[in-house]
Formats: sequence, C-alpha cells, structure tokens
Amino acid sequence: MTTLTKPEGAPAPTGPDSFLSVRDLKVQFSTEDGIVKAVDGLSFDVERGKTLGIVGESGSGKSVTNLTILGLHNPMSTTVDGEIVLDGKELVTATEKELEQLRGNKMAMIFQDPLTALSPYYTVGRQLSEPFMKHTGASKKEAKVRAVQMLEKVGIPQPKTRFDDYPHQFSGGMRQRAMIAMALMCDPDLLIADEPTTALDVTVQAQILDLLKDLQQEFGSAIIFITHDLGVISNMADDLLVMYAGRAVERGTVKEVLRTPQHPYAWGLLSSMPRLDGDIDEALTPIPGSPPSLLNPPSGCPFHPRCAFTGEVSGSLCTDVRPSLGDGRGSACHLSAEQKQTIFIDKIQPRLR
Amino acid sequence: MSENLTLPAQQGSTGTSTEELLRVEGLTKHFPIYGGFPIKRKVGAVQAVDGIDLSIGVAESVGMVGESGCGKSTAGRLITRLLEPTGGKITYSGQDISHASRKQLAPVRSEIQMIFQDPYSSLNPRQTVGTIIKSPMEVNGIEPSGGREKRVRELLELVGLNPEHYNRFPHEFSGGQRQRIGVARALALKPKLIVADEPVSALDVSIQAQVVNLLKKVQEEMGIAFLFIAHDLAIVRHFSQRVAVMYLGKIVEVGDRDSIYNRPRHPYTHALLSAVPEVAMDDETEARERIRLAGDVPSPIHPPSGCRFRTRCWKAQDKCASEEPPLLQISGNRENHLTACHFPEDPTTEARDEDVVLDPALKALEADAKQD
Repeated sequence: MTTLTKPEGAPAPTGPDSFLSVRDLKVQFSTEDGIVKAVDGLSFDVERGKTLGIVGESGSGKSVTNLTILGLHNPMSTTVDGEIVLDGKELVTATEKELEQLRGNKMAMIFQDPLTALSPYYTVGRQLSEPFMKHTGASKKEAKVRAVQMLEKVGIPQPKTRFDDYPHQFSGGMRQRAMIAMALMCDPDLLIADEPTTALDVTVQAQILDLLKDLQQEFGSAIIFITHDLGVISNMADDLLVMYAGRAVERGTVKEVLRTPQHPYAWGLLSSMPRLDGDIDEALTPIPGSPPSLLNPPSGCPFHPRCAFTGEVSGSLCTDVRPSLGDGRGSACHLSAEQKQTIFIDKIQPRLR
Repeated sequence: MSENLTLPAQQGSTGTSTEELLRVEGLTKHFPIYGGFPIKRKVGAVQAVDGIDLSIGVAESVGMVGESGCGKSTAGRLITRLLEPTGGKITYSGQDISHASRKQLAPVRSEIQMIFQDPYSSLNPRQTVGTIIKSPMEVNGIEPSGGREKRVRELLELVGLNPEHYNRFPHEFSGGQRQRIGVARALALKPKLIVADEPVSALDVSIQAQVVNLLKKVQEEMGIAFLFIAHDLAIVRHFSQRVAVMYLGKIVEVGDRDSIYNRPRHPYTHALLSAVPEVAMDDETEARERIRLAGDVPSPIHPPSGCRFRTRCWKAQDKCASEEPPLLQISGNRENHLTACHFPEDPTTEARDEDVVLDPALKALEADAKQD
C-alpha cells in the first residue's frame, strides 16, 4: 500500500530522448468562485519526431497544459508550479522575453478554430511572414518566398495570389491549412495541435490529418496532439495520455491504451463510443454521471463517483487516497493489475466487439 | 449506362410494409441573396435544399448524414415547417402541409416535435424546467389527467432526471442533463415524429452515449418516428434503420442501414465512410479503403452543374457535368437502396489495390516519401 500512496509527482529521471519533459505540473486559476485546479500534478515526456496524443473531455485540463507550455496563460490570475523543460531550457521560470524567442520559432501551435486564431485585419501572407522575419531576421522578400513555398506544401492552390488574401476569403479547410503552414514557417521542433480538426468536416479532417502526418515525417517535429476523439488519436499518435479532471489517469503507447486499457475511465470512453462495425442491437454503455467540477474535485481518485468498480477495492481507498501514475505504461487506479486484467477481459472486451 | 436503371424512383424511398407517416417530394428551399444600391434586388440564392424526396414510416427512425452546409438542418426545419419551403410538397398523414397556414398547422405541430443541437441556447434561461416542459401543453391547451405538473414530473423521470428538479433553472444542469430536458419537452405532447437536429454533437464523448441510449429507448418504447440528423456516421448507424446521405442540397444515396454502410455505391458515400477515424482494435480487422478528397464542399450559391459531387469525384466524366443523375435503384442495389450516380462504385468498403488520393499536397508528399 505504501507504493500506492507515493505522490505522483516524484521527480523521475528524464529519458535521454525526451525533448520536452513536464514534471508535476500544477496550474491553478483564482476565480470569483474559488480556486480552479485546472491541472493537478501532471508529468509526461515527448520525444523528438514522435507524437504524443492527449485525450480527455472538455475541462480535463488538456488545453490549459499546452497553453502553459507556451506561456500563454494570464499571469495575473494563474499560478504555475512544477517543471517544464524544453530541450534543456526551463520554461516555467523563463521571462516573457525568452518565451517570445521560443514561440513560433522552436515551438508553435495549431489552434482549434482557425477563423478566430487568424487576425481578420491582416492578409494571410503577412501573418505567415511576420514570425519568420522576426525570428530569422529575413527580409520581407525572403519571407514571402518561404511563405509561398509553405502554402504550396500544405496544398493551397495558387499560393502566389492567395498570399495576399484575407482569412475570410479562405474556406474552413484552407484556413486550417494556412494555420499549419504558419506553424511550420520556422521549422519548429515542437508543434502543439489543440483539436486541430474538430471544427472541420470528416472528409476535410481526413485530408488534414494525413497532411500533418506526412509533414511530420518530412520536418521531424515532435507533436503534442490534443483531441477528444479516440478514432483520430488512434491514427495520429505514437504515445497516449488519458486525462481526467486535470490529472493523467493512463499512459502508454496508443496500441496499449486503446487495445488493452487499464483505467475504468478509458474503459468507459471506449465502450461508450459507437463503432462503424459494432453490434447495433447492443446498447451503448455510457459512463454514468457527468465530469466533476474542478472548483471542488472529488477526494481520492477523481473518477470514483462515476466508477463502477470501486466495490472491488478494499476499504475506502478510492475515496480517500489519490492513486498514483508511475512513469511509462500504467494507470492511476487502485485496482490491482490482476483485477484490471480480469475485469477488462470478462466485462469490457466483449462490449468492444 | 442507362441499361443499369431498373426501377424508376416513383416509390419515393420507402417500400417497407409499415404505414407512411411523412413524405416529402421535390422539397426545395432557396434563401435569396439581396444586393445592389440604392435599391436592393435579388442577386442570387443559396440553394440550401434542392429537390429532395424522402419518406418516413410510422415508428421508423431515419438518419440523415452529410457535411456542414449540405442542407440537412434546413431539411429538418422544413419538415417541422419552421421554414416555408420554396417548392415541393410535404405530406403528413395524407395531409398536404407544405404551405399550410398557422391555423391549419396547429394540430400537426403538436405531433411533429424537434430536439435542437445546442442545449445551452435552446432552453429559456429565465424559465424553470417545469415551465419549459409544461409550456407546449399550455400552448396546445392539453390538460392531462392528474394535471400538467404531474405529467411534467413523469416526463422528467422518463428522461432520467430527478422529478424534484421541477423548480430548477437550466443553468443548474450540465450539458447532458439539459439535452434530457429538451427531450422531455419534445415528448410532452406525445408526438408521432421527432426531428432531432444533431442532438448529441454539442455533448462530451462520455455523455453522448447516455443521450443516444435515451433517444433509442424513447423511439423503441413509445413508437415515435425519428428523423435523426447528424454528421457522425457511427452514431447515425447506431440509431437509424434507414439512412439518407446528403451532399450540397441533394440526397445522393438512401437505403437501409446495411446497404449504406456495407454496400455503398455513390463515390461520396465511399469517401465519407473512409474518412471516419476509427480505433483499430487489432491488426486483423480488414483494412478499409482509403479515399482522400481534394478541397472543400463547393458553395451552394453556385453549385456545380449536373452531378454536384463531380468537382471532387475521381470518376467524373463529361456526362456528369451535363446530366444530373437521378436517384434510382441502380442495378446491383438491393430493394429500396437508391443511388444518384452515373458511374457507381462497387458495393464494398474493403481496401482497394490503390488508395484514391486527390489532395494535391498529400499526393506530392506521399510521392516524395515513396521515392526516399
């Protein structure tokens, strides 16, 4: 039991390949209603050239984590604890000036809604050139050449004329392509994609996802891919982190987590999702209840009010003690490894067929 | 290719032995665009829905899928007569309601109800849950035995909410619970047809299944016909017995669930199905075909001539531009499976020898990768 109560944020040695390493990150907002613990003790690593997927429902802290990595949170109302190390550089304590040199250069972001993320006042070309000129000291002419080249790479027809268009003259899919081009202008080592295809239609989404995958092979950036769609993540990511109520509840490679999930929340997500080849007469198995408020998260395991398996754990562990998530493959749950396996094979797997 | 045609589509799309509840023929809605100065004139029209035929049987659930802007929501609003159709005919239980007046519609309105997409904006924030669910009964002057309040409490219980929440306001509920309130309101008048316009797309993944199960229970137990409009193909498959696929204001393919999902014929249906991201549960599942279209859906203000999908189709030929394909049961289709295509695909979703990749950027990147 002592091993179970070990705090999650115990400093772990960062792997030799880890390019971005987040350790025991805590992000809190003070609001009128109280303190919101948006992220509570989160640790993960991203390797170069690999994609880390983060899945979770709205309010699980996945977007906040990534805004914090980029330093885009409001410093007046936010407290950040823990460590974020990007390629040997500590970001939590970095000054605004240092962050400015990294943003758009070493790390870039693709936002969910390209219409609100692009400025309506400036042409797409100008928005693409600006960070390139700032970070590399290139002239306007050089920046234009690079921008046109990038627009062509992401599949915008007639990039030379489109360079002078405004965002409203682009369609939804093209705007998202322009955003990707903008993020890739300075050849960043880390790309954060926050629900990049949620606002798009399925056929366009499929195009954009394949494009991102192919571009990653060419540019070799590390990608953090945030989404709530398990199908999307299964096609995109190498490693997967499942978040719930500001904490990571399960971690592993995509295949491990999606095929042999260990955490009851991951079981719930997978069995509540209809599949194209699933059994139609079988009712979906939803997760009961609704996601907790982060103002007053449940004690112990944050998932226990919605969990169907608390009865299998002895005593009041689930309500009192917060389960830990170690490094590597694992899940933050008090069920023993054997219990997880038997429950998964007996009760969960048949539903996923 | 005309020898392919075997049956004219006079039967509409039904044919099931069940009684027909609603039927639309050539339903059209064009939203005018005004421009010019100083006198504004009509300069064009958004052809949101352009001649669709569909029928819904008693207690049948019909799904309608398509991408945003294809007119599926407009079609739903036309059927509930929240919009006045530009052309075509809507028949409900044998009665023509396409241009019925407010007064004529009153009895029909209580039988056709709607569930809206966004549970945050479709409930009045100043009214309590009780008032919201009660108001359809008040408007229609219905006095159930035991009083309206009792009926509201029954409804709340039916949709899985606590009847004691009668006096609470919508903001006290979560998204999934609000959508349940919307369902309870739609059920208040014991409707025969419910048009559900993207009822779960605003909800979290873990909540979606709760609402889908509730709607399915309601549909099966109370025998209500559903028109289920959604862009999520997996959810529509789970819910609907028959499915219509829309593209740019037209129905391009309609048929029973198995025909659409396992034996699709229209290239667009193939593309849609192949674009759905699915969790690969094991390595043995047979590979699905991979089709990546180029570009976005064209504007419904100036839709392409002939077949509307031809600008993004890999099989398009001259005929597609000049001649609009009718919605027919083409040879090889099962009964009641209608497809509007001159050059239909094989009825399978298995992987092809070569992927169809039309997107120029993808093509270039993948050609590069192959060379390396």
